[in-house]
Amino acid sequence: GGRDQDEELGIRIPRPLGQGPSRFIPEKEILQVGSEDAQMHALFADSFAALGRLDNITLVMVFHPQYLESFLKTQHYLLQMDGPLPLHYRHYIGIMAAARHQCSYLVNLHVNDFLHVGGDPKWLNGLENAPQKLQNLGELNKVLAHRPWLITKEHIEGLLKAEEHSWSLAELVHAVVLLTHYHSLASFTFGCGISPEIHCDGGHTFRPPSVSNYCICDITNGNHSVDEMPVNSAENVSVSDSFFEVEALMEKMRQLQECRDEEEASQEEMASRFEIEKRESMFVFSSDDEEVTPARAVSRHFEDTSYGYKDFSRHGMHVPTFRVQDYCWEDHGYSLVNRLYPDVGQLIDEKFHIAYNLTYNTMAMHKDVDTSMLRRAIWNYIHCMFGIRYDDYDYGEINQLLDRSFKVYIKTVVCTPEKVTKRMYDSFWRQFKHSEKVHVNLLLIEARMQAELLYALRAITRYMT
Amino acid sequence: MEKMSRVTTALGGSVLTGRTMHCHLDAPANAISVCRDAAQVVVAGRSIFKIYAIEEEQFVEKLNLRVGRKPSLNLSCADVVWHQMDENLLATAATNGVVVTWNLGRPSRNKQDQLFTEHKRTVNKVCFHPTEAHVLLSGSQDGFMKCFDLRRKDSVSTFSGQSESVRDVQFSIRDYFTFASTFENGNVQLWDIRRPDRCERMFTAHNGPVFCCDWHPEDRGWLATGGRDKMVKVWDMTTHRAKEMHCVQTIASVARVKWRPECRHHLATCSMMVDHNIYVWDVRRPFVPAAMFEEHRDVTTGIAWRHPHDPSFLLSGSKDSSLCQHLFRDASQPVERANPEGLCYGLFGDLAFAAKESLVAAESGRKPYTGDRRHPIFFKRKLDPAEPFAGLASSALSVFETEPGGGGMRWFVDTAERYALAGRPLAELCDHNAKVARELGRNQPWPSAHCKPQPQCGQGCSPQGLGLFNLKDMAPGLGSETRLDRSKGDARSDTVLLDSSATLITNEDNEETEGSDVPADYLLGDVEGEEDELYLLDPEHAHPEDPECVLPQEAFPLRHEIVDTPPGPEHLQDKADSPHVSGSEADVASLAPVDSSFSLLSVSHALYDSRLPPDFFGVLVRDMLHFYAEQGDVQMAVSVLIVLGERVRKDIDEQTQEHWYTSYIDLLQRFRLWNVSNEVVKLSTSRAVSCLNQASTTLHVNCSHCKRPMSSRGWVCDRCHRCASMCAVCHHVVKGLFVWCQGCSHGGHLQHIMKWLEGSSHCPAGCGHLCEYS
Repeated sequence: GGRDQDEELGIRIPRPLGQGPSRFIPEKEILQVGSEDAQMHALFADSFAALGRLDNITLVMVFHPQYLESFLKTQHYLLQMDGPLPLHYRHYIGIMAAARHQCSYLVNLHVNDFLHVGGDPKWLNGLENAPQKLQNLGELNKVLAHRPWLITKEHIEGLLKAEEHSWSLAELVHAVVLLTHYHSLASFTFGCGISPEIHCDGGHTFRPPSVSNYCICDITNGNHSVDEMPVNSAENVSVSDSFFEVEALMEKMRQLQECRDEEEASQEEMASRFEIEKRESMFVFSSDDEEVTPARAVSRHFEDTSYGYKDFSRHGMHVPTFRVQDYCWEDHGYSLVNRLYPDVGQLIDEKFHIAYNLTYNTMAMHKDVDTSMLRRAIWNYIHCMFGIRYDDYDYGEINQLLDRSFKVYIKTVVCTPEKVTKRMYDSFWRQFKHSEKVHVNLLLIEARMQAELLYALRAITRYMT
Repeated sequence: MEKMSRVTTALGGSVLTGRTMHCHLDAPANAISVCRDAAQVVVAGRSIFKIYAIEEEQFVEKLNLRVGRKPSLNLSCADVVWHQMDENLLATAATNGVVVTWNLGRPSRNKQDQLFTEHKRTVNKVCFHPTEAHVLLSGSQDGFMKCFDLRRKDSVSTFSGQSESVRDVQFSIRDYFTFASTFENGNVQLWDIRRPDRCERMFTAHNGPVFCCDWHPEDRGWLATGGRDKMVKVWDMTTHRAKEMHCVQTIASVARVKWRPECRHHLATCSMMVDHNIYVWDVRRPFVPAAMFEEHRDVTTGIAWRHPHDPSFLLSGSKDSSLCQHLFRDASQPVERANPEGLCYGLFGDLAFAAKESLVAAESGRKPYTGDRRHPIFFKRKLDPAEPFAGLASSALSVFETEPGGGGMRWFVDTAERYALAGRPLAELCDHNAKVARELGRNQPWPSAHCKPQPQCGQGCSPQGLGLFNLKDMAPGLGSETRLDRSKGDARSDTVLLDSSATLITNEDNEETEGSDVPADYLLGDVEGEEDELYLLDPEHAHPEDPECVLPQEAFPLRHEIVDTPPGPEHLQDKADSPHVSGSEADVASLAPVDSSFSLLSVSHALYDSRLPPDFFGVLVRDMLHFYAEQGDVQMAVSVLIVLGERVRKDIDEQTQEHWYTSYIDLLQRFRLWNVSNEVVKLSTSRAVSCLNQASTTLHVNCSHCKRPMSSRGWVCDRCHRCASMCAVCHHVVKGLFVWCQGCSHGGHLQHIMKWLEGSSHCPAGCGHLCEYS
């Protein structure tokens, strides 16, 4: 047939690699295109219209259509609608941000988009080939990705007052939103084990299917899927064990709910709980923590690979406390973003709200559960890792609700997403559904984005006053 | 110094004196509250909780309530309130969710009285009952409001807002049992303190969080709310549905709002972000603040009027760690700096002029208008009820119209519609357009098919017969902004000329504009381009220093010769024989785009061929287009530009072209010539212009049954699951062009309806209507 003919002509036909949109989630668990309901279909249509593709992120996020809608709307606005930055800058900033986490998936997507909107291919040879203005952004990108609490108004001033390479405030806010968006999206990509797109490196092979089962993507992605064959590794663990996990968690939530009013921790106790949690979060790391050499294609986009989260956490760097009651997204961040980059504040605000409030009142096999306490614990734990403190939260709850393997996963996804492995994904919350794990990822990425934004926006506010 | 002025007010016995002053605090303040004796103020923040005495010359620290060895979060205050009945009673809301009461009468150093730890999240607001000594209300982030009786250890009742965080709670001043609460989701609720089960009333007041509210001290039904959407709204709560009475648009989110005592329509606001000033607004004049206090260097977090019956003292605390007393008479008054005049042109040359009434009255004495026609067709004045402030707000509006039948803008519309811009060879286009121009009695720069376009037109245009209009004034939506921005105070010597054939303005401001001290936003970003048009070509006014505008006199004979020569067939024949111009113009252009205009020229002016450089005429054309554009006839400039295309484009810089295009498109749209405007957009080569077509290409459709927007697909409604637009002829869903009769609202596929109407004039739906389609 036609295929043979093509091969005779010497045309190589790419074949998809991998097992569907995510390497962590079996393909059969993920919604098949064509079987979606009307709402999802509309979302797919929107996504396709905006991006010209239906990418794997969308296919995994559609577990939560309500969120996906808001996500796509925001991303579309950031990349394609009115805004202070030219289109190719936007994609280039996306590349810069994703490259901080060696996320070749996002880098590849945006390299294509960047070239498509007329970006200069030379820039792709490294940040030093981009205009000085973008190079100046490198430092902010780096700090924002790994140690956002170090951002000062001097960083902002440096960007805004660089003579002919200056950023305007509006441009800077646009850039900051893009950077934080792509840092978080890199977390999602690794956290859910998103497979490369078929048209990108590592997403296809020209080998005939029979030759080997060897998976290129695992190398180029800098992402080890350690256990290749046992897709059902979770089932190795005794089912009853993990069943009790859920029960125990439910029980703890119940207890916390009930005895909250009785046992009153002293003020010092409360303060130290936060500090303990913050400090401990530094040392929560998976044991199989090995060095990953970034794939060559990606590394060229960022200098200074050494600057990562890990370096200081080993040395136990002190993270200062940021009081959310003094600078929060709802009251302060929103107004600043909306002022400098109209409508985006609104879009991000909606996205935060949806992510934070999303619930189906289910936990694994249980229905009608109020999960707000658990969701708040996850959210606040992430903010705690960034030194953001809520005066009205008892950080003791975190220890009660989040077990170690879950903390390892959260910590890795948020701080060093490139190190997430399938084992980590499988080993937390073993009885929970994949959709619930994706839900957790949504919380993680939105909390991370908000944390980064808070630090960056506070610095901008300080610069302005 | 004015700031040092002192005010003494007698208020039924007690006397308030003081001056504008401030004092440094150790830490940022989150809230302030005044004691009822108006002599003390309490400042609370994350790490400050102090009472200051307000003395005549300064603030004096009286008491530090933050005692104890270790700082506790219970002392990290989000809000503070001083009881208005009991001088010894205070309450604070802590960021960790605790409500604390303080009794200054306690003998010990620690004045802490009671601790209520019932809220699970930060308490945003506390409020004492205005007349009841023991009743305290709190509103928290956890979405609950709690009412405490200070004689008991626990709350008396809990009110659930059934939604997100409570941002403010305020007892009604007159209505004993009522309080209002505002929410993060934009709602305002009204509660009866005796009925905790459900709220009496709820309505959405703002888009996004409502940060604050305040009951009017006199008008029992008025509630002012301020939100993140930068608005202050005043609601009349006495009617069945809360009615929005006033709306003030500020420049930043509104953190606090407080009615000004003794001034029925005044309220003070401060912002949570970006803007550090405190404004006092007259709600009837929502665009300009009545007064502004600019002392703070960081956002103001708390404001309070010092005495409930004294409108002149305002106290404020700020994130910049300072406490201020502001005197109203020391406030800066933006109103004084605002320019209360506005001038705007109508589409057909009518002129509207609004000014402060006193100014109009004064000027009517002298003779400002030199034109022979100046008939205010109507004259409107609006007087506010007598109040000192009202004098400023009254204005007069005069409208002058152009002489009926004299000029008008008909020619513009006709020309725009009849000019052919593309789709035919250059020669034909020129012929056609020349004909149109002649028929309409317009200037005729269009070249005949066989001769060189440029020379005659470059010089042939005399200003006579041109309808001049000032582009600046034609720009849409400029009226009001211009008025506000053009605060040149003195420049009131505008002369308005109403020419018999058209409208001509010479405006002192325009000449100033030339000078360059124009504020950047003067023309909303159009400055560089628009400047060309700012001064009108009154011949003497044309800047003589600009050589490009000086027109060679000797051009006139040439013009006559060409205009009068009809393009005879024999000339066309000539043309066909010429090797350069054979076939369609498009071919020539594509073969040798650079030389094509030159080759055209060579047909009739072969003599010049050898002597003139090839781009000689390009310069002339450029000058001509500039000339037209500066006279206000962008129509000509753009039309020629489009028709000649590549031949002249390179001679005119991008910016100018873009500017001409946008001006012309703007005019076309004001005349509702949508098709022409779209054609121009399509034909333009300027990137900025052609992308106008790409913007807002979405078409929003509402369902014809339920009137809701149809979001997912344009032809089927998600809600009522009905197809919205059925064709009355074929009974299928119309997915493309839908045409319907405005009389009976039946319709269908364009093709089907057209076909139907050929046979019958009755509605195809059978409703009996005699359908009309235009």
